[in-house]
Amino acid sequence: MPGPRDQFPEARILEFEIPSDVRFIERVVEAVRAECRTMCYTERHVALNVPVALTEALSNAILRGNGERRDRSVLIRAHVGDVRLIMEVTDEGQGFDLDACLMDPTTPERLLSEDGRGLYLMLKLMDHVERVQAQRGNLVRMILNRAS
Amino acid sequence: MSFTITKQGDISIVEIDGQLIVGNRQELKQKMLDALEHGARKLLVDFTKTGYIDSSGLGVLVSLSKKIREQGGELRLAALNEDLRTLFELTKLDTLFQISDSREQALASF
Repeated sequence: MPGPRDQFPEARILEFEIPSDVRFIERVVEAVRAECRTMCYTERHVALNVPVALTEALSNAILRGNGERRDRSVLIRAHVGDVRLIMEVTDEGQGFDLDACLMDPTTPERLLSEDGRGLYLMLKLMDHVERVQAQRGNLVRMILNRAS
Repeated sequence: MSFTITKQGDISIVEIDGQLIVGNRQELKQKMLDALEHGARKLLVDFTKTGYIDSSGLGVLVSLSKKIREQGGELRLAALNEDLRTLFELTKLDTLFQISDSREQALASF
């Protein structure tokens, strides 16, 4: 249970490699949530920000980055610290321009669209999102400050 | 995670137990389209037992809402907790759907 800051467990690092199959998303998300709960992130972080943003990133990596190809996998690294959470999702795709792909799904023209809310939600629910070209492909890094 | 559909009068109530995300949204879509095919025109999704929803879950609700309206029916939502309500507000989907605080209120509103 929560205690003085110096009683928090040390930062935990979780690493996973999953196939390009959306059925693997939930178990990764639950593992990261569990660590956030241990590190006393807020209920909202655990119930909303982390699971939704991470699910979006994994979904994008599997469906868009890897095209659901069986010969491609997704790497996940989550650093769950007492100051911030850093989640990195790496696929084997070509990458994408985050700014170019971001659109506002709340406009009247787009509100009735079935798609186009994933990146928007990631940016709204995380304090920082960036995309970098990694050695094996495309890396999306999301940061959430525990105090936010 | 599971979806169950029950009927109360002429209203079909869909309960989502668990998450509504990319891996299971097709199952929900099919179940609700089946209900529509069998004549359901008043559909209510009850989120009392729902954990979180991702963008594809939101998208399937938008798509279903359109299809149901095209068939002369209506889709309403009920019992969103604070976090789910935030999702709908962030995406402005709270302006698209009629959302009630509870199942009872939603049923009474039809």
